[in-house]
Amino acid sequence: MSRPPHHGFSDREERLLASLSAGGTGFSALIGGLLAVVVWGLVAYATQLRHGLGVTGLRDHVLWGVYIANFVFFIGVSHVGALMSAILRLTGAEWRRPITRMAEAITFASLLMGALMPVVDMGRPDRLLTLIGHGRLQSPILWDILSITTYLTGSTLFLYVPMIPDLALLRHRYAGGPAWRRRLYTLLSLGWQDTPAQRHALETIMRVLAVMIIPIAVSVHTVVSWIFGMTLRAGWNSTIFGPYFVSGALFSGAAAVVTAMATFRWAYHLEDYITEAHFRRMGYLLIALGLAYGYFTFAEYLTPAYKMATAERGYLTAVFSGPLARLFWFTQLTGILLPVLLLTLPRIAWVPRLHRVPLLRPRPALAAAVTYAVATVVLSAAGPRMTMARVNLTALIPPWALPALVLWLFLAWLPVFHVRPIAAAVVASLLVNVGAWLKRYLIIVPTLLNPFLPIQRAPTGWAAYQPTWVEWSITAGALAGFALIYIGFSKVFPIIPIWETRQEPAPLRPAGQEGVPGVPAL
Amino acid sequence: MRVSRRSFLKLAAAAGMVAAWAVGEPAAPVRRPWVGAGRGVPALARSTGQAGRPRRWVMVVDLAKCDGCQECTRACTAMHRVPPGQEWIRVYEMRDEATGLAYWLPRPCMQCDNPPCVKVCPVSATWKRDDGIVMQDTSRCIGCRYCIAACPYQARAFNWLEPAATPERTGEAYDPEWNRVHFKGTTEKCIFCPALIKEGKLPACVAACPMGAIYFGDREEDAVTNSQGETVRFSALVTEQAGYRLLEELGTEPRVYYLPPRQRLYPAPPAEPAAAPVPAAAPRRTVPPDRPGAVGGAVP
Ligand code: SF4
Ligand code: SF4
Repeated sequence: MSRPPHHGFSDREERLLASLSAGGTGFSALIGGLLAVVVWGLVAYATQLRHGLGVTGLRDHVLWGVYIANFVFFIGVSHVGALMSAILRLTGAEWRRPITRMAEAITFASLLMGALMPVVDMGRPDRLLTLIGHGRLQSPILWDILSITTYLTGSTLFLYVPMIPDLALLRHRYAGGPAWRRRLYTLLSLGWQDTPAQRHALETIMRVLAVMIIPIAVSVHTVVSWIFGMTLRAGWNSTIFGPYFVSGALFSGAAAVVTAMATFRWAYHLEDYITEAHFRRMGYLLIALGLAYGYFTFAEYLTPAYKMATAERGYLTAVFSGPLARLFWFTQLTGILLPVLLLTLPRIAWVPRLHRVPLLRPRPALAAAVTYAVATVVLSAAGPRMTMARVNLTALIPPWALPALVLWLFLAWLPVFHVRPIAAAVVASLLVNVGAWLKRYLIIVPTLLNPFLPIQRAPTGWAAYQPTWVEWSITAGALAGFALIYIGFSKVFPIIPIWETRQEPAPLRPAGQEGVPGVPAL
Repeated sequence: MRVSRRSFLKLAAAAGMVAAWAVGEPAAPVRRPWVGAGRGVPALARSTGQAGRPRRWVMVVDLAKCDGCQECTRACTAMHRVPPGQEWIRVYEMRDEATGLAYWLPRPCMQCDNPPCVKVCPVSATWKRDDGIVMQDTSRCIGCRYCIAACPYQARAFNWLEPAATPERTGEAYDPEWNRVHFKGTTEKCIFCPALIKEGKLPACVAACPMGAIYFGDREEDAVTNSQGETVRFSALVTEQAGYRLLEELGTEPRVYYLPPRQRLYPAPPAEPAAAPVPAAAPRRTVPPDRPGAVGGAVP
């Protein structure tokens, strides 16, 4: 990375500001690639606007699908940034300082994408303003609009206010880049002179915001869950949907923060600031949130499954042993259980000894997993084309193959993760996020496929749901848009707070030697 | 307040025009004589209801008489020019338990008195009228499909593609009491044909039933009539023949009553449910044929 033309920055500040001058072919290629995906998503959306929602796989029975799953997913990921940093700020957890802005920027970017998704899902986006002119407060959709806009405003302030001193610093000393940057910094730093009065005002504002943001954040995902919870549909008609969704949102959001931490640490060589100890503490948080989420999931499925009432029987059978069973058990296993195990088990002392078992070499296990994935994709793609034979080719793979494979892979890679705890945390977080998306899908689709009245006389294909290229393209575009907003943010603003980390007594030492003075260990 | 409202309306109009341009569709002509929740068709109720009481429409379906011919569905589709793929009154083949005899069950919109669909609609595109009808204004609907998700009877359908009978194509103004023109991206349903009721006629499905299985009338008058011109006391019909309402346990308070299919006059449905034709406008989709046309539910 070339040294940027910064003036008067200390070495430490230059390091923290590395993302501002990110460039080079690799960076341009990344931005170009993301832009291409966004444009492709826009093409797909234009197709949908032109022909109607009929170009998606949605029909009268499965009337919500990938778009609404994306909505719940993005809002969930958005959850943790502001909430986590508010809680850590209020409890005076000093180790939070280098990672809070990263987390809050996730909130910002994913809230924008999440709020876009229901609009994409609307049959008449041209009538969007009707919601303002004729909105009815008794509709949960209005609750959503209110709480999401409040949260967006609150979390943007929460992101912006503690950034003001850094912006003032940049206003004074950042000389690189085009002139608009300095103008922007001057504008946004609001005449910050670092006087004691200003500092006091900033601290006060942050304390008030931190207290306010917590109930707002909780309300957002509660209200999202009530979109479903307020209907009579079996599978959605649940009283614990609020806390269930909130816990799932926190889990996936914390995982997204871990992924972002690892990415920035790797891309901008921030090993001194984002240390292994940060990953360890985020790991504790993930474990706790995962256990809470697992508990709610268990409660949510066990209570209807025990009774097997007529209405509930349909969707429960579909996910426990029916057509969606593989996806469901995969999601539970690799989306909740495995990440928690990945964050805990590698610490055990005897784990490296697993290497001595000949069967548990990491590479053969990985090769087997890749083979399985390729075989599944190929077989399920070939299935519909070989319909004359009326065989479901994926059925050729025994159902126990997947859990066995996951177990094998897990055991074989445990020793590797023993020596690389950050890798373990990243793998766990990626699994959490994949699982989180699949879970949203599994909350929406099986319920819609199992209504009170039987699905009858539906035109061919209307009784099932197969997302089309339009839905996948728009989803890819939204993910790329999220990444673009996030990268754009880190290109313009310091992603690690400069003044806040300066106040920190000392950077956290690597794992094993924790115990920063004045910071109680978790 | 006034000024900001006016400037907001201007902004809204401008945005609407931009949006209309983006969608590539001119603004449709809309006739809205009585938009506003609850102000339904009281003219009819006031002039002809008994002793000034509003009309309270009910439907009774005698399942013992229904032979599953689907004339009601066809008449409804013709009357409202229902787009392909939708059936506002759908004839289900039901079986209450594995050993029970199958029977036909026509399902219109139940015009629930505690309507889940109305509760969730964010823009009052669907609302309850004084005469019991749950109306649907597709010229206002934003296409969120929340009402379809909320309706336990699957009585609602969506215009996934551009329907054939749009106001632009037919040149007719949109009238929610007729619902004969349709907009892409909006939700539709049975509305008990208020336009025909106003003319003193029976709803299209009721009039078309060759078996006289569907009765329609005013609950306040305590009289319901079928296509054979038989007019009977509503209360006597429902109490003497153990009338019930569908999914009564959900508390939606439907206005459609069913008489149990005992001593059936017509043969039970065949074992295999008939597949509906694929709508002409539907795009090609790859769905493996081993996916059953009917999943989950009462018919094995
Ligand atoms: S049957 Fe469905 S659409 Fe009709 S009023 Fe009841 S909930 Fe609404
Ligand atoms: S689809 Fe239309 S009628 Fe149904 S809830 Fe949404 S806006 Fe209301």
